[in-house]
Amino acid sequence: MPELFGIPLPAFLSQLLLGLVNGSFYAILSLGLAVIFGLLNVINFNHGALYMMGAIFAWMGLTYFNINYWAMLIVAPILVGIFGMITERLLLKHLYKLDHLYGLLLTFGMTLLIEGFFRSFYGVSGLPYQVPEALSGATNLGFMILPNYRAWVVVASLVVCLGTWFVIERTKLGALLRAGTENPRLTEAFGVNVPLMVTLTYGFGTALAGFAGVLAAPILQIQPLMGSNLIIVVFAVVVIGGMGSILGSIVTGLGLGVIEGLTRVFWPEASSTVVFVIMAIVLLLRPAGLFGREK
Amino acid sequence: MNLPRQALLYVVLLAVVAALPALGVYPVFVMKLLCYALFACAFNLLIGFTGLLSFGHAAFLGGAAYAAGHALKVWGLPTELGLLTGIATGALLGLVMGALAIRRSGIYFSMITLALAQMLFFFFLQAKFTGGEDGLQSVPRGTLLGFIDLRDDLTLYYVVLGIFVLSFLLIYRTVHSPFGQVLKAIRENEPRATSLGYDTARFKLLAFVLSAALAGLAGATKTLILGFATLTDAHWSTSGLVILMVLVGGMGTMLGPIIGAIIIVSLENKVGDIGMFLGRVTGIEWFNGLGEAVTVVIGLIFVVCVMAFRRGVVGEFAAWWTRWRGGRAAAA
Repeated sequence: MPELFGIPLPAFLSQLLLGLVNGSFYAILSLGLAVIFGLLNVINFNHGALYMMGAIFAWMGLTYFNINYWAMLIVAPILVGIFGMITERLLLKHLYKLDHLYGLLLTFGMTLLIEGFFRSFYGVSGLPYQVPEALSGATNLGFMILPNYRAWVVVASLVVCLGTWFVIERTKLGALLRAGTENPRLTEAFGVNVPLMVTLTYGFGTALAGFAGVLAAPILQIQPLMGSNLIIVVFAVVVIGGMGSILGSIVTGLGLGVIEGLTRVFWPEASSTVVFVIMAIVLLLRPAGLFGREK
Repeated sequence: MNLPRQALLYVVLLAVVAALPALGVYPVFVMKLLCYALFACAFNLLIGFTGLLSFGHAAFLGGAAYAAGHALKVWGLPTELGLLTGIATGALLGLVMGALAIRRSGIYFSMITLALAQMLFFFFLQAKFTGGEDGLQSVPRGTLLGFIDLRDDLTLYYVVLGIFVLSFLLIYRTVHSPFGQVLKAIRENEPRATSLGYDTARFKLLAFVLSAALAGLAGATKTLILGFATLTDAHWSTSGLVILMVLVGGMGTMLGPIIGAIIIVSLENKVGDIGMFLGRVTGIEWFNGLGEAVTVVIGLIFVVCVMAFRRGVVGEFAAWWTRWRGGRAAAA
């Protein structure tokens, strides 16, 4: 059996793939955080809870209404996005004039509220969700066995992330969005409905979290607290990458996922902390983050 | 309020707290309250008087709780040295975390403290000396200064009250010192404080370490009282809880954190009963499980406070008091 640094190659590659899968989630979530932060100046703490909502909606859709995975992949993010837009209009909107920390505190409170709400119905044990039939099984690539669903997660996340990048950096809509980020008052003077844009952006950012949740549903434990540890890692990812650049978020997310996966091969005990250690090192060497600009 | 009247208020409050065990209140519960109140006061030193929102204070509470427990149980140190170990641990963790976190400001600061605290949480989860999921159990209380036996709840009660009062005085002195004035200047306008020649990073770090050390003292005292240290103390939800205590009580007020701690800790204890009561009255089954889902209530209070009640109990009272006095002065 071929080996790499004393580790059997298939084991090495499967951990690498697992790292890429986790990295895909980091990338989608940190991208959503960056888009929201850019326009709203709010760090959306409940991003992890919305990711959980996406997964639970997928489960509810299948269990109660018999809606399959592919439909829920579209429906759940829309529902999460609508939920996000409602909370933005009802609550978040009133805090823009205040210190940014209130936005963080509000979304933190909402995290507890959402997680506690779902916990009171479903407890903390995982809910089962099958991999959709079209993607079950694995492909033998010769040098490794590739589980189809995991490959799909990586591809789907990359497509969504790059699609978001394209819309924001290369289209008229994205240009308006960037203008709104740069100078909301001036953009409004040009006749753009900035408050509506803010709401839609928040809806889109939260929908991304919901999308990640549906992707995660068949491979991770669906349970109300699944997002809370994840979001802290994503915060570290955001600190490492900086929120200045969209491509930066994607690259940092995927890269850190891979590093985490490799750490699991060589030093399993450190795999849960390696991202935080990297964050500390980046803070010492490049406080603004790898792709960030210090304002 | 002028100073003598304020001093009188504090003395009366202290007398009431000192008399509580004689009035039949369970001393261990009050001691636990005092620990959380001290924790909240330490936290308020940062958020209320320096304008830094740390999301990682559980690391200091939990880290010091483990360190003190380990010192008392495994090393067999006398109680006072056990507490000192806790304070030193809090201060050291605060120095490392603070030095990293103050390299960024605002929201990034909060995210960094949260991430570093989570790293410590995973460390405590895996390390041998913490006992992992079981926690560090049966920590002896020992004797203070070699002759005060702390196994008696009532003796310990007055020792804990003493610790709390001394710490509160230290915080009071800090806030009202020139150092405290600089901290407030940083909170109000950091670039301006910098332009006045203050090395704001050093002031922020010093405030952070002081706050962490006091949080450490709270954690060590908590271990002493309850006889155990668990992972919950170091979990991010504890960091959230202390933020809520200070928010509910009133950021940047002296008494606010204490009142906030009393409200939140009592509520956490009672929420199951309240849920049962609501379930009985309304007949909705869901309320009966409220005790299991305390986070719903905590989250709801968070949202309500941020939306409508940002000054907290003490802040709102002070505003009302000023208006009322102002109204009376105008009428006279």
